[in-house]
Amino acid sequence: MNAPFPALSPALPEIFLVLCGFALLLYGVFRGDRSTRSVGYLAVLALVITARLVIGGADGRAVTFEGLYVVDSFARFMKVLVLLGSAFSILIARGYLERENMKRPEFAVLIVLATFGMLMMISANDLISLYVGLETQSLALYVVAAMRRDNAKSSEAGLKYFLLGALSSGMLLYGASLVYGFSGTTNFDGVARLLMQGNHPSVGLVAGLVFVAAGLAFKVSAVPFHMWTPDVYEGAPTPITAFFAVAPKVAAVALFVRVLVGPFGEMVGEWRQIIYFCSVASMLLGSFAAINQHNIKRLMAYSSIGHIGYALVGLAAGTEEGVRGVLIYMAIYVFMNVGAFAVILSMRQKGRMVEEIADLGGLSRRQPMLAAAMAVFMFSMAGIPPMAGFFGKLYVFLAAIQAQLYVLAVLGVLTSVVGAFYYLRIIKVMYFDQPAPAFDGPVEFEVSAVLTVTGLFTLLFFVFPSPILSAAARAAAALVAG
Amino acid sequence: MIVQALAFYLFSAIMVASAVMVIASRNPVHSVVFLITAFFNAAGLLLLIGAEFVAMILIIVYIGAVAVLFLFVVMMLDVDFGQLRKGASQYLPLGGAVGLVLLAELLLVLGGWVVAPSAGTLALAPTPAVEQMSNTVALGHVLYTHYFYVFQASGVVLLIAMIGAIVLTLRERQGVRRQRIEGQVSRRRDEVVAVTKVRVGEGV
Repeated sequence: MNAPFPALSPALPEIFLVLCGFALLLYGVFRGDRSTRSVGYLAVLALVITARLVIGGADGRAVTFEGLYVVDSFARFMKVLVLLGSAFSILIARGYLERENMKRPEFAVLIVLATFGMLMMISANDLISLYVGLETQSLALYVVAAMRRDNAKSSEAGLKYFLLGALSSGMLLYGASLVYGFSGTTNFDGVARLLMQGNHPSVGLVAGLVFVAAGLAFKVSAVPFHMWTPDVYEGAPTPITAFFAVAPKVAAVALFVRVLVGPFGEMVGEWRQIIYFCSVASMLLGSFAAINQHNIKRLMAYSSIGHIGYALVGLAAGTEEGVRGVLIYMAIYVFMNVGAFAVILSMRQKGRMVEEIADLGGLSRRQPMLAAAMAVFMFSMAGIPPMAGFFGKLYVFLAAIQAQLYVLAVLGVLTSVVGAFYYLRIIKVMYFDQPAPAFDGPVEFEVSAVLTVTGLFTLLFFVFPSPILSAAARAAAALVAG
Repeated sequence: MIVQALAFYLFSAIMVASAVMVIASRNPVHSVVFLITAFFNAAGLLLLIGAEFVAMILIIVYIGAVAVLFLFVVMMLDVDFGQLRKGASQYLPLGGAVGLVLLAELLLVLGGWVVAPSAGTLALAPTPAVEQMSNTVALGHVLYTHYFYVFQASGVVLLIAMIGAIVLTLRERQGVRRQRIEGQVSRRRDEVVAVTKVRVGEGV
């Protein structure tokens, strides 16, 4: 049995990225902790080149490695988002690592390897490659969450994330084994073919789908599988929280969309109920639970739960417009979250990180540019036009209405009004409250560069929305048609 | 046939008995040893149904690595298992009831088990008959060809696990005395040995 050697060119970005990860690891090990900064910059360079390779890949859908790997416009869109999120996270982490005595080159290496896992997840066309990609990602994330070993909160975050992540992997695997048992294949195309033939899905297959969806809901931290999020976000070092809030979320949402819309597209009636529930519950919890938070990282955790709820509105629609809405939402989400975390990373007084919302008091008089940037991100997250966040919400609600999910759309609008309260409270604290002690020194070059890019994107999205909109439309069409 | 049946009952009886002993024995080290016995018998059962690869993996991975690791942990950590087991009899009725419910459910599910008719045709590599090809050969055929991608990716997962273990546990301690081999080798007799004449009753 001589199988032909698989075509490697569709997977070129992944291969390049993982080889870069190995090279950086070797370099970091030989140079020691002095190389933290150069490894970080090289990792960013590797991520950018990988993004270029992703964009430059041949158009259309390509399947390789015996059907385990697929690349299409959807995968390309999501991969670029993930790569951007990772690159931003490494950039804004540089100053933190040097100040907080966490100078270790392994940080950037682990983020590169986690990103490799995310690319695998996005390109998975088989339950086995899905799982291996997910574990590659998660294992690296557990380690970076616990990286500040001398800090009890960081260790707790890592351990909690690990235990709950292992639990969710178990559920996902159980579901995958049920799907395999009742459909006879792990391949997404195979499952789709089976359902396409008009076979009524067996109860076992539905049960498998429910478990797979539960496992994935854990990874995107949708309610009721969100419990780990606030603790992990609060405990993990801030740049790592920024990374958690962006790249893994995008990858897991991509996986969620691909699994449900792709192979299980015919079973939309079955999975829509689950997504509907998760979406409503996430929006409600994200808006109400965040009201009482004093720690800004916990607040961002609840905010990200809410955002996932809004993104799932688009998925619940299950249509091409819905998928497009999810893609646009996630793209905007990446930019505003990275920006907000860049501001949080600049919150330090007397050489120590502070995380209370009250510490932002009177920021507009001390650092007007920083306050203005934070205001832009908060307005955007609240969904106030003309900021980018408004358009994200607009497209998912539009899709929900077109799919006649009126209740979902109305609930979405109502909860975003509630959510606006705590976003606007931050702006009020910054602009109208008594000044808190000043933050240390000037903002680092990397952080201010990232703030400028993300801030301008969020502010000016409505002027040039077409590149993102058309790319998202192409990606959604590729997924729904393929 | 009768030999197989006898072997089946032998293996399964010993396995169930040693599984009971794992939780019943007072000494944790004995528990682990009984666990190893249970693994061995499970491997025997797997051999009986013709799954020789899984049987060997069970022995190599579970007995060779996992159980030995358990043994180390049990011996190195001072865990008072008597303390842990204190409330066991209190929870026995509830636990037993849950176990019975699960058993009944399993029987129901397995009783109504139907394999999808198209399952055989959809499988990527249909299982060849044992006479034609052994399990290990069949796995070898697909592992490095069909599943080349995930095989490589699993390697990356292991690498990450290794990096993680090192990142989380390696500490650079100050003032550790390390062995300096070059120093030891290049020592010369006249640098370190001094011959002195000691007079009686005076000392050095």
